[in-house]
Amino acid sequence: MDRPPRDQHPNVPHHGARDIPKHKMKGYIICLLYVEMVGHDASFGYIHAVKMAHDDSLSLKRAGSLAVTLLLNEDHGLTLLTRLCDNDPGVMGATLCPLSDLITIDAKSYKDLVISFVSILKQVAERRLPKSYDYHQMPAPFIQIKLLKILALLGSGDKQASEQMYTVVGDIMRKCDSTSNIGNAVLYECICCVSSILPNPKLLEAAADSISKFLKSDSHNLKYMGIDALGRLIKMSPEIAEQHQLAVIDCLEDPDDTLKRKTFELLYKMTKSSNVEVIVDRMIDYMVNINDNHYKTEIASRCVELAEQFAPSNQWFIQTMNKVFEHAGDLVNIKVAHNLMRLIAEGFGEDDENADSQLRSSAVESYLRIIGEPKLPSAFLQVICWVLGEYGTADGKYSASYITGKLCDVAESHSSDDTVKAYAVAALMKIYAFEIAAGRKVDMLPECQSLIEELSASHSTDLQQRAYELQAVISLDAHAIGSVMPLDASCEDIEIDKSLSFLNSFVQQSFEKGAQPYIPENERSGVLDVSSLKSQDHHEVSVHSLRFEAYELPKPVVPSRAPPVSLSPSTDLVPVPEPSYPKEVRQTASVSSFSEAGPSELKLRLDGVQKKWGKPTYSSPAPSTSSSSSQKTVNGVTQSDSMGNPNSKTRNTSYDSRRSQVEISPEKQKLAASLFGGALKPEKRPSSTGHKVSKTSINSGAKAHMEKGVISDSEISTEKTTPLQPPPDLLDLGEPSVTNMAPFVDPFKQLEGLLDPSQDASALDYGGSKSPDFMSLYADMPTSGQTSTVANPLSNNLESFGSANGGSTVVYPTQTNKGPNLRDALEKDALVRQMGVTPSTQNPNLFRDLLG
Amino acid sequence: MIRGVIVMNDQGKPRLVKFYDYQTVEKQQELIRRIYGVLCNRAENVSNFIQADSICGPDTQLVYKTYATLYFVFIFDSSENELAMLDLMQVFVETLDKCFSNVCELDIVFNFNKVYTILDEIILGGQVLETSSAEVVKAVEEISKLEKASNTTMLVPKSISGWQSR
Repeated sequence: MDRPPRDQHPNVPHHGARDIPKHKMKGYIICLLYVEMVGHDASFGYIHAVKMAHDDSLSLKRAGSLAVTLLLNEDHGLTLLTRLCDNDPGVMGATLCPLSDLITIDAKSYKDLVISFVSILKQVAERRLPKSYDYHQMPAPFIQIKLLKILALLGSGDKQASEQMYTVVGDIMRKCDSTSNIGNAVLYECICCVSSILPNPKLLEAAADSISKFLKSDSHNLKYMGIDALGRLIKMSPEIAEQHQLAVIDCLEDPDDTLKRKTFELLYKMTKSSNVEVIVDRMIDYMVNINDNHYKTEIASRCVELAEQFAPSNQWFIQTMNKVFEHAGDLVNIKVAHNLMRLIAEGFGEDDENADSQLRSSAVESYLRIIGEPKLPSAFLQVICWVLGEYGTADGKYSASYITGKLCDVAESHSSDDTVKAYAVAALMKIYAFEIAAGRKVDMLPECQSLIEELSASHSTDLQQRAYELQAVISLDAHAIGSVMPLDASCEDIEIDKSLSFLNSFVQQSFEKGAQPYIPENERSGVLDVSSLKSQDHHEVSVHSLRFEAYELPKPVVPSRAPPVSLSPSTDLVPVPEPSYPKEVRQTASVSSFSEAGPSELKLRLDGVQKKWGKPTYSSPAPSTSSSSSQKTVNGVTQSDSMGNPNSKTRNTSYDSRRSQVEISPEKQKLAASLFGGALKPEKRPSSTGHKVSKTSINSGAKAHMEKGVISDSEISTEKTTPLQPPPDLLDLGEPSVTNMAPFVDPFKQLEGLLDPSQDASALDYGGSKSPDFMSLYADMPTSGQTSTVANPLSNNLESFGSANGGSTVVYPTQTNKGPNLRDALEKDALVRQMGVTPSTQNPNLFRDLLG
Repeated sequence: MIRGVIVMNDQGKPRLVKFYDYQTVEKQQELIRRIYGVLCNRAENVSNFIQADSICGPDTQLVYKTYATLYFVFIFDSSENELAMLDLMQVFVETLDKCFSNVCELDIVFNFNKVYTILDEIILGGQVLETSSAEVVKAVEEISKLEKASNTTMLVPKSISGWQSR
């Protein structure tokens, strides 16, 4: 809040406010009301009103409350502050809920509360709350959790705020009782907080220790928390994952689905170019076996993302995408399919034609292998058809008749999917066009012929159009086709002559024959002459029989339809085989949207008109740079396998020490090695064939890549070192007394700090002398010993119950008076029988066998 | 925030349903069905947590635990801690056990209103209110005493035996 300069409001006190007598303060507050009423901003004084509302004297309290009601609007942060400082910890705890919501929305405006939160957390952790807030000997764990979550939000990316938190978070981590559930919950929150605020080496170390404890635990719950925490911490210190590689792999192979998913999340976060193959393969294996579409979609899109980002080779990328499409093709975004097509068309290599064509042939080969499989998803079939049409015959390995036969099979076996059929027909057209352009004779396969015939009578106008186009194109001569359908030109930009200048001579001819000049649409209204209207009317009547949405078209368009009028309606359906038109269609084939393929006769006719005179409906597919940029990283990265080597020694040692303790299956070792660096046993590392091929394939560009690899290597190494640089360490976990000063600040003092930061010192002074720490009220309150003594043995028992985690075989000795309650149970049983209610199991008394 | 608390038996029959944000009855039924579908497919000796994005919308998790024939399920978002929720569930069950001395499924069926009262003492508006089962038991007893005194409709019936004698 911006505060006006002091001298503007001479009436209002600014100096610390502590030396002002209360009755005078009351006067000032009233002045404040007037200042606000006149329209000035008096927000600097709000805090005094808030303070006065807490006064013991009734008249002052009244004035304060009045001022607060008038000055603060409902959502002002200070209203919450007044509650945050409430004497009742319950109210304080409840205030945390809305505050945390507010901070989640906008952390910036609450930075000044960090000190308050830290001091509250410190007091809670030091057991200065009444005993009744304890749970399993943890002081108010739910409040601690909430506060830690808030601090994590406030401290992220904020050095000053983070530094204020280090001590208290460190203290709590040390104190946490890691044998109870709730203790671990708080510990986990601490790790989350540490990983969210600016890193502190000591805290990171402590967090890493806790994580290893979690992961070593037998409880699946704790393992889950450990994996989750590891995923959070890995951004800060990537090397921590290596210590836990085997634990992670165990979790990956665990039958527990929740744990598995969490582990995949972790793997997703730690994917590098060196382990992408193993991780993505694992993900796909898992994806194949699950039924949950929601999660399948998620994991499929993650696979795609990782593959695009880190693919070590083109072949591997294509194979991976094939697998993803095969198993989750209906779930992934159709854009992914389009990206894949574009990638194959544009190629990976910078200017390496050889590599590109190799990529394409490998794609064609893999698709021909897959194409026969039943139940391929539509998106995948679209990609297959497009690639086969574009590059199926490009390398001369497969004959045109073979490819076209396959395409016909696709169209036939997916007769219900118009989109796939459209792609197949477009591909057929391309193959035939390439054949004719190359001067070869085309013999259309009989099944292909029948397919075309069938489609030219299809209900889908789009398919119809494509079928007729195909017939029209293959009847052209080689030269014409060569210019209509140039080979491998899908990436070329198409120049569109918007003025349609090539039609000029045609127009001129028509004029000479006495045709009316074209009147632009905006000049046309009002100049309708009766004769054309009449003929138009006549025409519309003939069409109306099929038109259901009447009067949809505005009248002014009418004269532009003069030429179609002369044609019979049936010819309207057939696209005029003008040389310019198929060219357009051929390009639109891959991008055209099929939504407008409704069987409305009128619409179709308009289409033809639009193509000639309307705005161009088609815009060339903008060659996007996204895939090529990702490509660059890919190539930079292909060379980087060797990068892992420098670190191999340390890994080897840490790994060996572990190995001596436990016997580990070689399979797991291999997996660990490939996941966590791969330098462990380089000769055993599973290297995919695709990988090898890639190395040879990019031979020619290898030098450039090498350089890149080196650059990225150094970049990565700097990246690696930066988080390790110790930020100024204010925290000394060993000596809490040194840093105790700051966190002891009373929230009230902080409030005064809000008033004027320059007077912090005096405010501190004031708070220290006058208002006692609010928590201390409870410190010497007589504890109701009853509750605590009851709670303690109970909690111990409960812990054992919780950790056993069994459910049915657990002994549950909470209640000592429980033993001989057989009679009770029998009574209940008898009642049940009497009522005619049959219990769902043989044991209606469900806790009896549990409780012993 | 805790989004909801569900207690159902191993046949998928809901015994207690409480949502802290508005859900239509149909939606509730569907949620229960789907949660049951997930729960009954879980192996034994696995973790008690499930990512519930696909069931209850984004940013939801659920913690469940089986007590004999009953599934106890807490649905909550990322502002809560999973382990802490598990402990809170323990508090709830513990309290039920104290209130019904040797609680069984039928206790919950016949005294559902008392069960709701207990739950309300522990969770309010999706936030944790009380974690000490002794305190909860005290409060519930107080409420039933008041009701007895004021002679209004009974919110907390005494027990099955009381119900039987009527």
